[in-house]
Amino acid sequence: MSDQAVVVPAHGAHEVHHHEDELGFWRKYVFSVDHKVIGIQYGVTGLLFLFFGFSLMMLMRWQLAYPGSALPTLGKLIGEARMPGGTIVPEFYNELGAMHGTIMVFLGVVPLAVGGFGNFVLPLQIGAPDMAFPKLNMASYWFFFLGGVTMLASFTAPGGAAQSGWTSYTPLSVIAGQGQTWWLVGMIFLITSSLLGAVNFITTTIQLRAKGLTFMRFPFFVWAQFVTAFLLLLAFPPLEAAGVMQLMDRIAGTSFFLPSGLVVSGQVIHNAGGGNPLLWQHLFWFLAHPEVYVLILPAMGIVAEVIANNTRKPLWGYRTMVYSVIFLGFMSFIVWAHHMFMTGMGTAMAAFFQTTTMIISIPSVAILTSLIISLWGGSIRFNTPMLFALAFLPMFGIGGLTGLPLGLNVADIPLHDTYYVIAHFHYVVAPGTIFALFAGIYYWFPKATGRKMNEMLGLIHFAGSFVCMNVIFMPMFLVGLAGVSRRLFDGGATYAFSQPVLHLNVVSSWGAWILALFQLPFIFNFFWSIWKGEQTDDNPWQATTLEWAAPSPPPHGNFLVVPEVHRGPYEYSVTGAARDFVPQSEA
Amino acid sequence: MDIPYAVEARRDTGLTNGKIGIWLFLASEVMLFGALFASYILIRTGSPSWPRGDTILSVPMATFNTLVLISSSVTMVMAWASLMRHRFETFRMYMGATILLGLVFLVVKYFEYSEHIHAGEVPSHSNFLAIYYTLTGLHMLHVAGGMAVNAYFWGPGAKLWKTNPEWFTNRVEHSGLFWHFVDLVWIFLFPTLYLL
Repeated sequence: MSDQAVVVPAHGAHEVHHHEDELGFWRKYVFSVDHKVIGIQYGVTGLLFLFFGFSLMMLMRWQLAYPGSALPTLGKLIGEARMPGGTIVPEFYNELGAMHGTIMVFLGVVPLAVGGFGNFVLPLQIGAPDMAFPKLNMASYWFFFLGGVTMLASFTAPGGAAQSGWTSYTPLSVIAGQGQTWWLVGMIFLITSSLLGAVNFITTTIQLRAKGLTFMRFPFFVWAQFVTAFLLLLAFPPLEAAGVMQLMDRIAGTSFFLPSGLVVSGQVIHNAGGGNPLLWQHLFWFLAHPEVYVLILPAMGIVAEVIANNTRKPLWGYRTMVYSVIFLGFMSFIVWAHHMFMTGMGTAMAAFFQTTTMIISIPSVAILTSLIISLWGGSIRFNTPMLFALAFLPMFGIGGLTGLPLGLNVADIPLHDTYYVIAHFHYVVAPGTIFALFAGIYYWFPKATGRKMNEMLGLIHFAGSFVCMNVIFMPMFLVGLAGVSRRLFDGGATYAFSQPVLHLNVVSSWGAWILALFQLPFIFNFFWSIWKGEQTDDNPWQATTLEWAAPSPPPHGNFLVVPEVHRGPYEYSVTGAARDFVPQSEA
Repeated sequence: MDIPYAVEARRDTGLTNGKIGIWLFLASEVMLFGALFASYILIRTGSPSWPRGDTILSVPMATFNTLVLISSSVTMVMAWASLMRHRFETFRMYMGATILLGLVFLVVKYFEYSEHIHAGEVPSHSNFLAIYYTLTGLHMLHVAGGMAVNAYFWGPGAKLWKTNPEWFTNRVEHSGLFWHFVDLVWIFLFPTLYLL
């Protein structure tokens, strides 16, 4: 829908072209409609938010390891209201917890995985000159940016940022301080952004495929993004509806989520009543379960690309993986209430949702198994992206398998509110998805910059992160199995039964702080390599998919020659071929 | 740089980018209003008593508004059909009528709202009024949004007719699809809120 696409007389066409070459700094790097610039904007903003969200967690880890003791030096900087004398007050701890979750999910991982990699890689992989709606794409980034700014600004709201968890459960969130209103407004911006992105991804994938690129010739990454876009398109609007209703409850004094006779601090609150707090949970998890797959599918897509490339073999079971990812997307809409077994739902409901939950584990296992079997008999190249991709497999495996007991009503009830759940989903998202995202950054960095990132620094980053991630999260399984609640401000210090596992809180915390140190080589490597990294040709990994047929970095419009596709995505080590890879674009 | 299939349909899909885009957008809109309707059902079935819509709301006004919106859907189709027949002036007339009918709808709604608010029937009064204001308010935002887009095509956006009539016709068609959707939402809202 760019105005350049208007059919204009020859004279005008010349002017348009001229204008394009002359794009100023602002139009080229800030308000750009080029999918690659937008992808990088999304990616870098996402990385910054990931780091910020991680910093919030590092503060929480201090309180959990050493409850009530003053944090040296840094504690003074936060201010007397939140950390008097350097110790964290409970309200601030809740603020940190709610905003850590919100920022990591909505402003960190999803923007990086979908906005970043989706925008940068997907049009290149399907041989498109750009996204179908470049201006909407730009709008999507700026709505996301506004949402991020609103969330950050909410820390300055009277009473601080949102404190009701990233799930914002009612009625607590309705009676919470002003930060919650900012949270809701921020979410509405983010939902708008994701809607524009999803429409764009689906249309682009269907319409702008290169000639010869049938759906079954898509790289798995494209499939993953395609299904993800449908999840975002259809699952987010119910949360938007819920957000509007919560805003009404907070601002117009309605009672959508407030039951009759609600007592707050010993006082019955005056409201019409008759609302249903569980309604919020249903609408929230109707988004948030598909959101889990929004977090994981792009990661699986990245891992599939990196594994096929570095084993020099076709993916094992490509078709199985494609059917699985479609089935996974569909099923993810009907498992949401397994997050709500604790609400005391009826057994019929619980039986339905635990059955669908067990069913959805089948395609996940099929994909993971296909990826593992893909390694079999390959001559594996152990470069940094491959190491991260390989680590993804067992990490996601641990996360996924420990989720099975949580999907069963009876096992979920003792485990649900403990650190076991924290360990479970962090294994999926932190050493799982985030490792895959690192793999993607190292893998596509040469495409974006024309230079490789340093392997030695990459290796240090990988080894340190791998060890630290496990040091953080493995002990949490034990803490959780010991019964320690995940919502306690002191990490369980006041309870007798948690005394035997309290020392594990210290282990996790040190793991988190050391993990931060191991991100320094990555940050240095990232910036150093942009200017000083080893220069590469267009296809440094000798890969088959279309993005490597474009120049590095690709110009506006991407391909010098309009690409045509003649084969499937992973023709590695084909018998009789001159090289061990045959690009999709090769006739 | 040209984005392919912005104006002509792609051969194998038979669709333009904009056509797919608008239908996807409408799918997400269905989920938005669907969630609100589902919430309405849950809250209503969970409450000990629930007023019949016609004891609080004005059925004649809403019936009138229903007719207004249906008429506007007809004029919207006529606007698009005029473009297909290359009659630009007729398009202007029908598009203008569509926008005016949208305005009539909003004015009637304004009178309905102010009547309730003066009678103290504000959203916090009861859950019936809460869902009434939320659903109709969100619908009104959609009406206003559709009017803004239509007004753009009636006014400054119509320049495109001179340079690329086919693309302009497509855009009006997409705007029309949205307008019909907004109309359809009202067709569901009217019986749900006013009659049941």
